[in-house]
Amino acid sequence: MTTNATGPHTLGKVRPHPTQNEALLFEKSSPGKRAYMLPPLDVPAVDAAALLGPAHRKTPGQLPELSEIEIIRHFTRLSTWNYAIDLGMYPLGSCTMKYNPRVNELVARIEGLAEAHPYRPDSLAQGILEVIDLLQCCLLEITGMDAITLQPAAGAHGEFTGILLVRAWHESQGNPRRKIIIPDSAHGTNPATAAICGYTVENLKSNAEGGIDLEALAAQVDYETAALMLTNPSTIGVFESQIARIAEILHAKGALLYMDGANMNALVGKARPGDFGVDVMHLNLHKTFSTPHGGGGPGSGPVACKAFLEPFLPIPVLVQNENGTKHWKYDRPQSVGRVRAFYGNVGMFIRALAYILANGPDGLRQTTEDAVLNANYIRKKLDGVYELPYKTASMHEVVFSDKLQAAKGVKTGDIAKRLIDYGFHPYTVSFPMIVHGALMIEPTESESLEELDLFISAMRSIAKEVEETPELVKTAPHSTRVSRLDEVQAARKPILRWRPVE
Amino acid sequence: MLAEIGAASIDDLFAVIPAGNRLDRDLAVPRAHAESEIIDYFRSAGRKNATGYASFLGAGAYRHYRPVIIDSLVQRGEFLTSYTPYQAEITQGTLQAIFEFQTMIAELTGMDVANASMYDGSTGAAEAVRMAMRVTGREKAVVAATVHPEYREVMATYARHQELPSTLVGYDPKTGRVDLAALEAAITQETAAVLVQSPNFFGVVEDIPAIAAIAHAKGALLVVSIAEAVSLGVVRPPVEADIVSLEAQSFGVALSYGGPFCGVIAAKEQFLRQMPGRLVGQTVDGNGNRGFVLTLSTREQHIRREKATSNICTNQALVALMATIFLSVYGKEGIRELAEHNLAKADYAAKALGAQPGARLLFAGSPRFNEFVLQSEEAPAAWSQRLLDKKIVGGIGLARWYPELDNSTLWCATEMVTREQIDTAAKVLAAAAVEAL
Repeated sequence: MTTNATGPHTLGKVRPHPTQNEALLFEKSSPGKRAYMLPPLDVPAVDAAALLGPAHRKTPGQLPELSEIEIIRHFTRLSTWNYAIDLGMYPLGSCTMKYNPRVNELVARIEGLAEAHPYRPDSLAQGILEVIDLLQCCLLEITGMDAITLQPAAGAHGEFTGILLVRAWHESQGNPRRKIIIPDSAHGTNPATAAICGYTVENLKSNAEGGIDLEALAAQVDYETAALMLTNPSTIGVFESQIARIAEILHAKGALLYMDGANMNALVGKARPGDFGVDVMHLNLHKTFSTPHGGGGPGSGPVACKAFLEPFLPIPVLVQNENGTKHWKYDRPQSVGRVRAFYGNVGMFIRALAYILANGPDGLRQTTEDAVLNANYIRKKLDGVYELPYKTASMHEVVFSDKLQAAKGVKTGDIAKRLIDYGFHPYTVSFPMIVHGALMIEPTESESLEELDLFISAMRSIAKEVEETPELVKTAPHSTRVSRLDEVQAARKPILRWRPVE
Repeated sequence: MLAEIGAASIDDLFAVIPAGNRLDRDLAVPRAHAESEIIDYFRSAGRKNATGYASFLGAGAYRHYRPVIIDSLVQRGEFLTSYTPYQAEITQGTLQAIFEFQTMIAELTGMDVANASMYDGSTGAAEAVRMAMRVTGREKAVVAATVHPEYREVMATYARHQELPSTLVGYDPKTGRVDLAALEAAITQETAAVLVQSPNFFGVVEDIPAIAAIAHAKGALLVVSIAEAVSLGVVRPPVEADIVSLEAQSFGVALSYGGPFCGVIAAKEQFLRQMPGRLVGQTVDGNGNRGFVLTLSTREQHIRREKATSNICTNQALVALMATIFLSVYGKEGIRELAEHNLAKADYAAKALGAQPGARLLFAGSPRFNEFVLQSEEAPAAWSQRLLDKKIVGGIGLARWYPELDNSTLWCATEMVTREQIDTAAKVLAAAAVEAL
């Protein structure tokens, strides 16, 4: 077997190809170049310095000056340095990197929707209000909840909103309570959210199966417990089969069950949180409902709740008039207030509704089944090659550990980087924290059997490399534009912007 | 695949869900639609939304021209369908673009550093005030009544459980600017932050140097919120501020009925460690090549959990990319020229509308950008329907937020408004006044 810089082989999915170098926009700038032209001014020109007085800007910001084709080439070249779902499987556990249908992009840009000002009169906004109403109805049906707000801009923002509802309800009962219980397997946003809402975070240790320890929970829940924040299926991809009992334990002490809906892709059309005791939850439209991740956003984090929490929803809420038209209602004295200006990331609502319309009831169920099938297929094919710390049945994602490879000094982070050389984005590394050296893999329904088999072959091949040439894995990736970057230097002497050379 | 797994049927894989918790019926959602039907549905919704209206609405959401290449570039799958750039080796494109965004925002706002984005201007302002609390160790805020009312509502929501009482400071009824004497009286040794907006909700540019001097004299930080980002092309940046919270929607982001927009926090370098949100930093790889990474993440929730500076995770990355492309297209000269066109349109509109019988321009002597407040003898409802009949959406009524500003409306004229539309609106206003006699 020959070993070159990119390793012995890449299983045919990739081979190195040149990409172009590209300097920063500012380094490419030259005075006088322009990519814009304004129409002739049809009103009298004004003397800005005279109008604004001391508030007039004398020194312009140092923005780059470039021609249009230079800008096109700049960003096109940059784009070729990115991995993306459009290039192949993106098995990031908990992130649900599924295909982003292109029709969704088209409909979100339809003029009457994309150009609508948020303060236009309701009479001129009935089209978008109908879209919002239909999406709300669909999400309520999918979750089995009673009321919903689409205002939160992302999952963590939804958590914030949901816990505010919890707090407002407890306050209405006479005591906001003091603490939120969070399993040690939870996303970092959960404890961060609880803290922002003024709660103390109490950790709940997972049981031997990685799930909720009912006895420990029962011992921990008291009359100062506001809620349990639970991800279900959990971050190890396991459905909490004792979920009804968990809800009972909480409700017996007047505490609420909050569900982090990050993993709803395992449940849509198969089970509804509203049917298994959840009081309030958030969804991630950018995960379950296919709105694009866009390199880190925008997302959208609707919050759905049971009827008793409805009076506390953020203002405004959408209501229907007797004649069928719709308007925003602001007069809601028990509301927690606003969590952002206007009504939410409406462009994402349009895309999510387009996804639901494209699938219909059968498609939504099939999507969930395929996502779970794909994860279980990977689990079966890699079990033994990588250690499976929890044997509990997997739903839409599977978590392995690097225990077998760590014996050779190779860690999950190394295996992840080597996966890049095989043409895949890494899985989620070192999370959840209850699994030491975790490899968290979520294929989603979007992947074909062929792509799954290629991924499995890559993972098996890397396991073999760990045995035979561990250094090759530990120094990966070998085929990228840049090798491993010096994160310590970046943090020690932060350079967060370009500055002109003196 | 089922055989490989050793499952008899797909239902075996869901057996772990207790039978009583399983959904044994179809979801009651619309049937599956063909692509052509989906497009028809949304086109029909778009038509019901009424198109073809001239609009004088601003108030935190601004209609500016969006160069075509913005959508050509952000729809490249490599940007659109990529995740947060945690794996730096295969996300250098997104990382470099964010680094360029951070640079542009710092340049425009006069701050040292900027983050990778926040959800929007309202949450950004709330987070900026929380940041000032961490920096100063103080727990109170003073907020100007001229900050966007919905931003103030969001701040109140964020502050409610943070033991952060905020004091509201009014405005001078002649100038529409923050009442400086009241501001000075409101700030105490416990004030962490003074939050103002400039141009403020009335479109008036605040006296930032004077406000900064008052805030700093008592050890408070000055947080300046900017809702109309194009103003930075011609309005002096708030260099005396400690933290700037910018809504970048004006930089090439569609109105989209209020979202997605793009907040961003910029600040003096010394406050960096208390910033919320993601930051991209420059570094080198093993061969000495320049590269970019997400950095200083020990501030963030995925590392610090309940001790994080914020719970923010997903932000508005693709929208920040739109802003970056917009600013590349306009560049150093273009952003100034664009801002001057806005200034000219709004000046013409303010004078044309303010000159109509029964109408009066408020805060007329104060420096403005592209918005102004008009007070009329008649209630706005009297003439707004006439404007709608002419396919014009007039200014938004202010009484819902400022009861003292009865019969007052906030108008915005960007470069997208034509002289003809302004003249038509003026005629309608004049006609309304005549009928009222």
